[in-house]
Amino acid sequence: MLSLRLYVLQRITALLMAPLVLGHLAMIIYATQGGLSAAEILGRTQGSVLWHLFYGTFVLAVSIHAAIGVRAVVHEWVGVKGVVLDVVMWATGLGLFALGARAVWAVTFA
Amino acid sequence: MTSKFLKVTIERGAAAKNAQQVFDVPAHESQTVLDVVSWIQQCADPTLSYRYACRVGMCGSCAMMVNGVPRWTCRTHISKVLDGNAVTIGPLRNLPTIKDLVVDMDPFFDKWVAAEGMHHGGRTREHPIAPVDEKSAARIEASAGIECINCSICYAACDTVAGNPEYLGPAALLRAWTLLNDDKDEGRDAILAAVSGKGGCHNCHSMGSCTAYCPNELDPMSAIAGLKRETTKSFLGRVR
Amino acid sequence: MNAAKGIVSRAHPLWLAYVLHRLSGIGLAVFLPFHFWVLAMAMTAPARLDAFLAMTGAGVVKLAEFGLVFLLAVHMFGGLRLMALEWLPWRPSQKSLAAGAAAASFLIASLFLLKAV
Repeated sequence: MLSLRLYVLQRITALLMAPLVLGHLAMIIYATQGGLSAAEILGRTQGSVLWHLFYGTFVLAVSIHAAIGVRAVVHEWVGVKGVVLDVVMWATGLGLFALGARAVWAVTFA
Repeated sequence: MTSKFLKVTIERGAAAKNAQQVFDVPAHESQTVLDVVSWIQQCADPTLSYRYACRVGMCGSCAMMVNGVPRWTCRTHISKVLDGNAVTIGPLRNLPTIKDLVVDMDPFFDKWVAAEGMHHGGRTREHPIAPVDEKSAARIEASAGIECINCSICYAACDTVAGNPEYLGPAALLRAWTLLNDDKDEGRDAILAAVSGKGGCHNCHSMGSCTAYCPNELDPMSAIAGLKRETTKSFLGRVR
Repeated sequence: MNAAKGIVSRAHPLWLAYVLHRLSGIGLAVFLPFHFWVLAMAMTAPARLDAFLAMTGAGVVKLAEFGLVFLLAVHMFGGLRLMALEWLPWRPSQKSLAAGAAAASFLIASLFLLKAV
């Protein structure tokens, strides 16, 4: 169900995300002080290549990571297998990536 | 012991469809779970089927679920598992039940073979015996692993096996790890390929129930981690 | 009921760490699409985004946010724990590693809550 290739991909994206999550957590704690507003978020991120890369990488990694994770859970706890299992994995990954890429685009360049 | 009788519930599998049957069994000092099951078969219901052989924790044939936990019944004192004066005994989890407390061990051993859990010799009688350094790190791993008695307790304890029928399971993978660390075995490539397949070591989530419940205090979880390291290394080596 | 009893009877610290990791992972996977959708409002409907962000000040929502930060932290530390025990040839005492991961996650989530209120 989980091949060596998926296992390695899962661990590499995890390692990649560890520092990103810490950065994101620090950002959350910093940004939420005194409330949040759209203008405040956009003021920070709009036009910033750095934020674009930071969250762009994050979205790509999390899409892969979540897709593989969902594959394991859906197989073991729901009993999905075969082609359907592959479809679920790809749909999760591509769906998350599409939504995530749209969000990153919205707060950095749009 | 507070009561003179034990309230023993037997989950009779297969034909009886896990029908629960309650027996009053006389309590004794130094009584094992296997003693209790034997008393029921000999004195209360001769149709009860169960399996055992050595009675001293060597043969690995008497494992059962005791209050939901897989245990070797010949070396488990009933006083350690009693809930008040009651206990529930059932057939091992994750294996098909043949009758009552007897499970079909075929899937378990088929997976040993699938994990290349057999000797891969390269030498003939003309060659000298492979030198074994008993203090080397690899030999220490192998020497621990050969203590496995194939009782299937780890296999019954593992939730990954329960959810993923293809998964080779802790015992077969521990066997593969043992052979990988054995200087006398020359099947490294075959073993690494076998444990990297669909049901291979990468399905393990390190929940550690195998290690927690192994009656011989072996550590299949760390063995599987070892296989993950070795297969990952050879994978990254190929990519480079 | 019987199944639940069977599961609980086999529970042990590393197993609980596994369940926590899995449940937090599922939680995050379910939450992420909403998170992305709301952020994209910056482009599609800025006014609605502001209305939504204003809501985040409420008490109940604060608690939910604490939960989300906890999920993220617990999944990260749980994952680091997992990779440490897979890749660093450590012996036992992984229980303390698991407990440490949970504690650190809780600390970060609490820090968030304290800062936020």
